[in-house]
Amino acid sequence: MRARHVIAAGAVVTASVLMTAACSSSTSSTAASSAGTSGSSSINFATCDSLSACGGMSALVAAAKKEGHLNTITLPDNWANYGAIMKDFTAKYGITINDENPDGSSQDELNAIAQTKNQSRAPDVVDVGTAFAVKGAQSGDWAPYEVASWSNIPADAKASNGDWYADYGGYIAIGYNPAKVKVAPTSLKSLLNPMYKNEVAINGNPTQAGAAFAAVYAAALANGGSLSNIAPGISYFKQLHQVGNFVPVTGSASTVQSGQTPILIWWDYLLASEVKPDVPGLKIVIPSDASYAAYYDQAVSKYAANPAAARLWEEYLYSTVGQNLWLEGEARPIELPTLISSGTVNTAANAALPSVGSPATLATSAQQAAAEAIVAQQWSSVG
Amino acid sequence: MDQMATAPGTLADPGAGASSVPPAGAASTAVTALRWLRRVSGVVPFGAYIALGMVIPMIAVIVGAFQNPDNGGFTLANIRAATHGTYLHGYWESILLAIWASILPGIIGLLIAYAIFTAKRASVLRQLVITTSGVFANFGGVPLAFLFIASLGGGGLLTGWIQDVLPHSWDGSQLYTLIGVVLVYMYFQIPLMVLIILPGLEALRQSWREAAENLGAGSWQYWRYVGGPVLLPSFTGALLLLFGSSLSAYATAEAMTSGTIPLTPIQIGSFLNGNVLPGEVNFGKALSLGLVLIIAVAMLFYVLMQRRSARWLR
Amino acid sequence: MAAVSGQARRRRSLPVLRRGLWRWVILILAAMYFLLPLYAAARFAGIKAYGALISQSGFTTALWLSVRLAVITTAITLALMLPTAVYVHLKLPGLRRVLESLTILPIVIPPVVLITGVLQVAPGPLKSTPYLLGLEYVVLAMPFAYRAIDAGLRALDLKTIVEASNSLGASWSRTLMQVIMPNLTTGLLAATVLTVAMVLGEYTMASLDLYTTFPVWLVTNDQSSATVTVAGSIFSLFVTWLVLLLITVVGTRRGRRTGRPVSLFTAARQDNRD
Repeated sequence: MRARHVIAAGAVVTASVLMTAACSSSTSSTAASSAGTSGSSSINFATCDSLSACGGMSALVAAAKKEGHLNTITLPDNWANYGAIMKDFTAKYGITINDENPDGSSQDELNAIAQTKNQSRAPDVVDVGTAFAVKGAQSGDWAPYEVASWSNIPADAKASNGDWYADYGGYIAIGYNPAKVKVAPTSLKSLLNPMYKNEVAINGNPTQAGAAFAAVYAAALANGGSLSNIAPGISYFKQLHQVGNFVPVTGSASTVQSGQTPILIWWDYLLASEVKPDVPGLKIVIPSDASYAAYYDQAVSKYAANPAAARLWEEYLYSTVGQNLWLEGEARPIELPTLISSGTVNTAANAALPSVGSPATLATSAQQAAAEAIVAQQWSSVG
Repeated sequence: MDQMATAPGTLADPGAGASSVPPAGAASTAVTALRWLRRVSGVVPFGAYIALGMVIPMIAVIVGAFQNPDNGGFTLANIRAATHGTYLHGYWESILLAIWASILPGIIGLLIAYAIFTAKRASVLRQLVITTSGVFANFGGVPLAFLFIASLGGGGLLTGWIQDVLPHSWDGSQLYTLIGVVLVYMYFQIPLMVLIILPGLEALRQSWREAAENLGAGSWQYWRYVGGPVLLPSFTGALLLLFGSSLSAYATAEAMTSGTIPLTPIQIGSFLNGNVLPGEVNFGKALSLGLVLIIAVAMLFYVLMQRRSARWLR
Repeated sequence: MAAVSGQARRRRSLPVLRRGLWRWVILILAAMYFLLPLYAAARFAGIKAYGALISQSGFTTALWLSVRLAVITTAITLALMLPTAVYVHLKLPGLRRVLESLTILPIVIPPVVLITGVLQVAPGPLKSTPYLLGLEYVVLAMPFAYRAIDAGLRALDLKTIVEASNSLGASWSRTLMQVIMPNLTTGLLAATVLTVAMVLGEYTMASLDLYTTFPVWLVTNDQSSATVTVAGSIFSLFVTWLVLLLITVVGTRRGRRTGRPVSLFTAARQDNRD
């Protein structure tokens, strides 16, 4: 908090001193090949780390508009309503968004930042799993930035220096097609029933796919494990496989629609936004024996090609509009409690969220890292 | 077989048509070296391309395998971890898969190649098969996996047919085991085999067959004493190629098993581009090194086999 | 020779019948294995899926990128492999086996490993274009292209025609362009066609290099609609097959006209060799 004030004060002083000098091009430390940060104001948009440090909303908007582009990465249109979010952002500010590799993974995002430094297609902002946000912070990939509503983000859901911050998340849920699945599953344990033979899938390989990893974590919670003990989750899937219910393909809207995997364990918001459009009547239920939630994280790249647009994007996402758009994608935005208490929440969207038994505690990075190591070692024993 | 280019001055190449009196002493070695350099200069562009496009990236991967991801220092930890536990298991399963996915398609591919090779209306049938082989040899990954999942998976069309005829035999779950993966791999391994073995079959001169038959040899004897030995080196060579190809295949198996069977390429993928295990890229490279070593051994056998078969192809 | 063996075959009619039957059994079984899954998938996709496929956003962009890469890759592959193969055939026949073994390597090196290494060592400006991918595809295309050109060269009497051309005073480049290449059309066509097939089907390296080529686009769309995905894979298979068939037919017709036996990439032994 104090650091923020100091930086803000320093920025104001610097800005006023420099403003009296002749127009000079900014000495941006990010070698962005596109004309990013030069301008008559001498705020360095590549390093300003809060809205006030960036000269306030109008200065930020002006600089972002001047850049004209925003490079995002791995944001599918039907993932947490990103399609609508990107569209609205472009309509509002006239900034075109280039979304690279929409189906990529968090590691792809880190790789892209490393590979595309100094290129005009370098990603400006990322949306990654927490383990990768932490990894990126260790590699020095992020430019710290604290959005205007920074204080509304819980302390355990952000890096204290502003490197990364949670954006939205969801709960692991069971999605099933009632046309094919006659008896509704209510819990993970209930899926062991032989009547679900050849029907249950997760979204890929838990050593590679975050949602699949989360499914194993949830299974651990349902079978006597905990956030520090993921092994029961693996034995659960082994059992599911032995009974013949588990189909080891990557479950998706396609496989549910085609009838190959009528039951899919996935994030609740993705079941809603990606599977439901293809499978009308899809039912989404959070298992009664496992409340597992996780949030993804935002970060601004230190090597952003369009740093002002990157920061404007963050401000947009953490505004009421942005948060509600995520909510409409049936994801839970990190500032949901604040939205509800201040009455700015989209009540219809909020009501549409699947009900949760008991709210989940989030796993710490240490717990996650330990769990990942165990999954990497043991997942192949499932087959 | 192929005469060396010795006629001086015929080909406008200074190296070949040099004077026939070699200068004496140290100068002679220099001149020979220079002459040799000029002779290989023709393959320099190719060599440079290979070096830049293949050798140097491979060296980067191999070096990375020994690097500590945090500080770039030398470490054997990656290698050590790569040879234990589920990763050792992964190597074993991958080799097992590769053996099956090379022997089975090897035999079937040979039979198909021979079938069209001896066909009467050779041109049309053969061209059709060769064309189709060219297409399918490059078909793989997620589309191929989906093809089989859609037809032989749980709710697949063919699964339904099979169950009508033989209930309780195939319910689709077998597709996601090692056997299933071999079945799917054959889709691109068989065409690859057909393409590779055909030139080898061409080596079986028709005259040999006729001579054998004139001497009273039956089919079996022909193959046992003439055709088999001639074909064996190129057949084994082709098998080794198939072995390497299935060892390095990744996307198809990943789409079908999602890691429930330990396979080294899938494990490599988790570390090089996944969503769960950050920062272990160097470990992925260590795993790759192991795979490359296995393939190098197979390649060595391939080269030895080719050398033996070349004797017969002259 | 053909007449003699024909007579010999006719005398032994029973073995021929057995052999003929056996051959068709094999081919029919193989056809079933390859075509049935395609049929099942096509049934699953339905007719409408093909229309939906073409109208999907990104279809044309991705296809266009793949086509461009195919053109570049083919051009570089031919420009690299043809002179090299000719040179080795003429001057360094001892290196032929080395070359053959070297060109096998790309088949056996896992693509994910190769692209990781490439992305590490490639210079920055090159990495920012999709043409880095094209350059790497040349490495992947080498096995097939080299074999095709090599087979074509073996069917020629290269030494003689090159010597003839040189004794008539032609320079090296003229010899290459006007003497060797026209005699090698089938081999070159085969190399082209195989390279194009490879580029249109390559997924791993493109996706890791973060470029949306056609195969990458197909997989990306997998998440949204099963039927369109399957339609896409069948579509790409069909297009590749059509292109190859077209070129084969053209090559066969030319072969018939010139009287030379045509082979896509096998070495057609000349009769006088027997």
